[in-house]
Amino acid sequence: MMKMEKSSTRIIDIKELTFDSGAHLLINRALADTPIGETLGLRGRAAELAVHLRGWCRAQGHEIIWPGSTLDPVVAPTSTQRIKQQSTINRDSTTTTLDESPLVAWIVRGKAGTGRWLGAQRAGLAKANLGDAVVDLPPANWGLAARGATVEAGTPEFHFGLDTKASVWAENLPRLYAQAAAAQWDPATAINWTEAVNLSEEVETAVVQIMTYLIENETAALLVPAKFLAQIHPHFREAMQLLAIQVADEARHIEIFTRRALLRREELGLSTVSGQASLKTLVDEPDFTLASFLLAVLGEGTFLNLLWFLEQYAPDPLTRRVAQLAAQDEARHVAFGMAHLQYQIERDKRTLERLAAAINRRHDALSQTSGLNEEVFDALVILAAGEWTAEAIATGFAKVLRLQEEMDASRQTRLLRLGFAPDEAKALSALHTRNFM
Amino acid sequence: MADRETFVLGAVAYDPKVVTIWEGFKTYFARHGLPFDFVLYSNYERQVEEHLAGRLHAAWNSPLAWIRAVRMARATGKEVEAIAMRDSDQDLTSVIITRAASRIQTLADLKNKIVAVGALDSPQATMLPLHHLRLNDLTPEVDFAVQYNDLLGGKHGDHIGGEREAARALMNGKADAACIIDANHLFFVKEGTLPAGATRILAQTAPFDHCNFTVVKGASEDLIARFRELLLAMTYEDAEVRPLLDLEGLKAWREGRIEGYRALEAAIDEMKFYDEDGKILNPNYRY
Repeated sequence: MMKMEKSSTRIIDIKELTFDSGAHLLINRALADTPIGETLGLRGRAAELAVHLRGWCRAQGHEIIWPGSTLDPVVAPTSTQRIKQQSTINRDSTTTTLDESPLVAWIVRGKAGTGRWLGAQRAGLAKANLGDAVVDLPPANWGLAARGATVEAGTPEFHFGLDTKASVWAENLPRLYAQAAAAQWDPATAINWTEAVNLSEEVETAVVQIMTYLIENETAALLVPAKFLAQIHPHFREAMQLLAIQVADEARHIEIFTRRALLRREELGLSTVSGQASLKTLVDEPDFTLASFLLAVLGEGTFLNLLWFLEQYAPDPLTRRVAQLAAQDEARHVAFGMAHLQYQIERDKRTLERLAAAINRRHDALSQTSGLNEEVFDALVILAAGEWTAEAIATGFAKVLRLQEEMDASRQTRLLRLGFAPDEAKALSALHTRNFM
Repeated sequence: MADRETFVLGAVAYDPKVVTIWEGFKTYFARHGLPFDFVLYSNYERQVEEHLAGRLHAAWNSPLAWIRAVRMARATGKEVEAIAMRDSDQDLTSVIITRAASRIQTLADLKNKIVAVGALDSPQATMLPLHHLRLNDLTPEVDFAVQYNDLLGGKHGDHIGGEREAARALMNGKADAACIIDANHLFFVKEGTLPAGATRILAQTAPFDHCNFTVVKGASEDLIARFRELLLAMTYEDAEVRPLLDLEGLKAWREGRIEGYRALEAAIDEMKFYDEDGKILNPNYRY
């Protein structure tokens, strides 16, 4: 009789809808408004509805009361009338007053559906600019959940190496990501590949050598963020996204430098021991902050000067254009590196000591190598000279020396912005690899 | 005799997930102060024999294994008890389906036809549907041919493969009807084994119960009582056991009950599968 009292809830009519075409959606929707332990009446006409309902309820942890059974809340004609009246009051949009389907069963809502979400946690907030949206130490079991999602208790733990905010974050990360996403360009259309390039053989050789060198360096610039990308706790979504775009940027750079090199040649230029030894120290660096410092702030920062140099002095418009496009992206990479380091230094001043030590370590590791290969240096001089006269070569040579002075000055500026004293900045900049990157 | 300190459970390895399930439960019982171990068998027949030989405190038995345990215990003056079962073990039904376009409209139309069933030892896909057909005056292999899909004998139909093969036989025209458990009708549609709307349910068996934890009455009662108490205390709200309950296909453990095995008792006798003492009679049964 208690059941009779409780049955004053809804009856829904799902008409011809079957379980293999979504009946569970309407039933779940109605059950969501049914208290645990209370009943929901189900009307329907599909031939297999009762069979499928039995299996479905068993799997969901709901009980079923079949019409006519001893537990049927509607056992007497008067009760039937009462239920019908009440179902009219609580009528669901799926029912109609005319042509009502037969009652299939009463579903007693189980507690498993809600039990699953006891102890669930919200994984921060989706919008990074809201208060504690990004937590300092997200739990390992938040795993791949979207930031802001509700995570079921007992989710398996993912062990990401970069799982603290301090280790990856930067204040302006969401804005940097938005800028990066907006600045994507298509190598097929951003450059006019049909433009004629008619350089002398020697100058073309110089361009190909520089492109070969750029490809090698951009490969390091792709692999380093890619390595750390897979270690970032996805709670730090914008850091993960920004590194992913950096990787894609470098993929495009490799494409356009390769395409320029092969424009009039079948083969690329030279790759040297010292060049690769320098890049290997970057690829092998296991610490994200130190790698950001060495690659983004010092390496890509120095490369910016190089790319601007090529944009200004390259002998053909196509080469100038590829350098210009790459420089736009590299500037963003440098900006993220700087922002991340500033974020860390603000929280731990000792970071500066670690950065200085990293430059010294890298310098020591490379002290026995020759630095920038002669072919690249000479190629830059030829590019800047533009012709084979003694005066032009002397001018070109001076321009490359000035480039190296500008690179040094830019590095010192960035080191000063990070908080190094002027004499420290000067000394540390001088220790940067002669290979530029 | 089983170790007095450690509760030892027997279970049949019908799927690799069985290891995950019982390793997880082992941790749960240990955390609650009950030393627990499990022994996996490749078939229910050996599990029942080992259980009644005193090597296990309890066996996670199929309905068929339960009935064999009842009979073997009775033959030696013992008595077994079903102490717990899953909520999803209660009130199952099986269905006999045909192709939607088939001329077969009633069970009587199955006369001289081919009915695909599951494994020889499957209660849900073979024994109970065939019993249902007998109740409707259709004798297997007399009034209709039985096409067995005898996969993984000894696992009492726990493996879904036999039912899937029966459903395939129906759809590719090698059988006129197929016998499967109710929930698999929807499941086979969802996975694509049965095209949506391509089949029609001809009949549904009376409700029956499935697995239970079987114990021998009077043996290690305190240990068994503790096991049962901890088992029934498991809750779906506990994030640690919830994945295990999901794997084992339940939302809550229930008290054991045995009323739901009566039809299977009759089916076993009709098929001459076990004798009154639990001895295996069917010469074609391989496990």
